[in-house]
Amino acid sequence: MASNIKIKAKISGDIADVKSLMLHPMETGARKDPETEELVPIHHITQLTFANNDKTVMVANFSTAVSKNPFFGFKFRGAKAGDTLRVSWVDNLGGTDEIETVLK
Amino acid sequence: MHVGRRFFLSGSVGFAVLAALPRTLLAAAWPDKVFESTAAGEALINLLGTDQTIPTDQITLKVPEIAENGAVVPVTISTSLENVESISIVVDKNPRPMAATFEILPDTLPDISSRIKMGQTSDVRAVVKTDHGIYSTAKQVKVTIGGCGG
Repeated sequence: MASNIKIKAKISGDIADVKSLMLHPMETGARKDPETEELVPIHHITQLTFANNDKTVMVANFSTAVSKNPFFGFKFRGAKAGDTLRVSWVDNLGGTDEIETVLK
Repeated sequence: MHVGRRFFLSGSVGFAVLAALPRTLLAAAWPDKVFESTAAGEALINLLGTDQTIPTDQITLKVPEIAENGAVVPVTISTSLENVESISIVVDKNPRPMAATFEILPDTLPDISSRIKMGQTSDVRAVVKTDHGIYSTAKQVKVTIGGCGG
């Protein structure tokens, strides 16, 4: 399946400025389906991980309070052109998504 | 009798392997107790062992003064504090105040941004754990339309 993660990384010096956008409903469990009036079950990304050349550079733990289709940005040191940055997430229902990008 | 015992043994080995799996796959388990806490203080105690934080102006917390849509509130946190281990976003008046927590590794800069949901007007707190203390700064965000329920 094609990945639904978008990632952008800009290097200046040895610092990578990473911005990512994921596709996920991030259901709180408190929202009612407008048609059925029933609560939509809780469904959210729990953990988002970034690894540069297999070295973990960020672990983000999300609650349901992170907005739908989450945006997340961060910076890390020791980046250089040609590095492979991999981002992956898991959600509370066992769903996953991941993508790799080569830093330029 | 013999067969029954064998079956029991193989079953328990399988269970042990399954139980060990999540720990080996994830860097650290998702802290469910922290995120299920219904009060900010309780969430901080579950995450950091204390709800006492040192107020500081060395944390820069960027949030809008007024959020017209509580479903999407941009938050940026950075700090000049040294040896940062984690950064957390706490929304005091959300039903579950701990919104997100980020592990800051040796090569990670303490500079993160995301977008969160807010149910109502509340203080938003940036909590930074370093190797020498737990610091925080807070700003109020006025929410016109809440973003937690329907």
